Amino acid sequence: MIIRILGEGQFEVAEHTAEVLNDVDARLQVAVDEGDAATFRSSLAELLTLVREAGERVPDDYLGPSELVLPAADSTLEEVRALLGDEGLIPG
Amino acid sequence: MAGLMKRMSLIFKAKANKALDRAEDPRETLDYSYTKQLELLQKVRRGVADVATSRKRLELQSQQLQQQSDKLDGQARAALAQGREDLAREALTRKSALQQQITDLATQHASLQAEEEKLTLASQRLQAKVDAFRTKKETIKATYTAAEAQTKIGEAFSGISEEMGDVGLAVQRAEDKTQQMQARAGAIDELLASGALDDQTGSSKDDIQTELDRMSSTNDVELELAKMKGEIAGAPATPAIEGASLTKQTAPSPASPAEVQQPEGSS
Repeated sequence: MIIRILGEGQFEVAEHTAEVLNDVDARLQVAVDEGDAATFRSSLAELLTLVREAGERVPDDYLGPSELVLPAADSTLEEVRALLGDEGLIPG
Repeated sequence: MAGLMKRMSLIFKAKANKALDRAEDPRETLDYSYTKQLELLQKVRRGVADVATSRKRLELQSQQLQQQSDKLDGQARAALAQGREDLAREALTRKSALQQQITDLATQHASLQAEEEKLTLASQRLQAKVDAFRTKKETIKATYTAAEAQTKIGEAFSGISEEMGDVGLAVQRAEDKTQQMQARAGAIDELLASGALDDQTGSSKDDIQTELDRMSSTNDVELELAKMKGEIAGAPATPAIEGASLTKQTAPSPASPAEVQQPEGSS
């Protein structure tokens, strides 16, 4: 499946790797809901590393959408909350 | 419950679907989207240029601060050589404050450089996708009816829409960062232009330099005086060898041999 890391591009990740990601992703979601900045940072970093290492870069001219999207490495919890709260924040 | 990654992707998809649903004929959406893509490409390239400008300004300021710091170092040495530890201390205190600012600038410089690289890569990715989209768009328009196009367009459209959202966000973040940097750079420019720091032309003098100059001109006067004293003392026309009397030259005393200093005395 294809996962996008905002600011970095798309990665092709095998299904079984995606399952590993789910646990961390759940933690990340809780951190965002509870406003836990420290957990947010650590689990986001963990997820990004997993995707970058296990995933394979999708060619730049591939035109399909991604199944999952990850925030940029340097995004703050507030930025992610704002994005989730309002799709109008996404330009284009 | 969906995790964060799924929720994020749904937000992007919702945005793409909304744009698709608005169009009567999906093939029109293709042209409209393509125009937007080209606009965004322009915007990213402008973004890269703006960040580069900001980065260069920081580099220039850093150089100016470094020059100022070197100058303060020289002043501290000059002050110490003349036995003015207080002045040397003041110069070094200011130098240390400048060094702190130079370090801060280096951090900001690194962050701008990273931003510039990110945007450059983003513009390359977008360019590749826009090219692929253009080809696909022409094929779809030439081959399919509006109804057939609908299904063909979906994937390509949401793919490019997601990329555009991503790149758009990157441009926004870079703009925010550049604006913050410009505000800081403005403050440093003001500092450099004010009396607190010397400007590049060296026309304005700081107080440490004024004090050093004063000390050095006092020294010059003393040297000149000593030289004159020596000349007078060595002159054959002067019978008495009394260096001390020179300090009283403006107050003529009846006992002193005043004919050298005042050949035409009033009495």
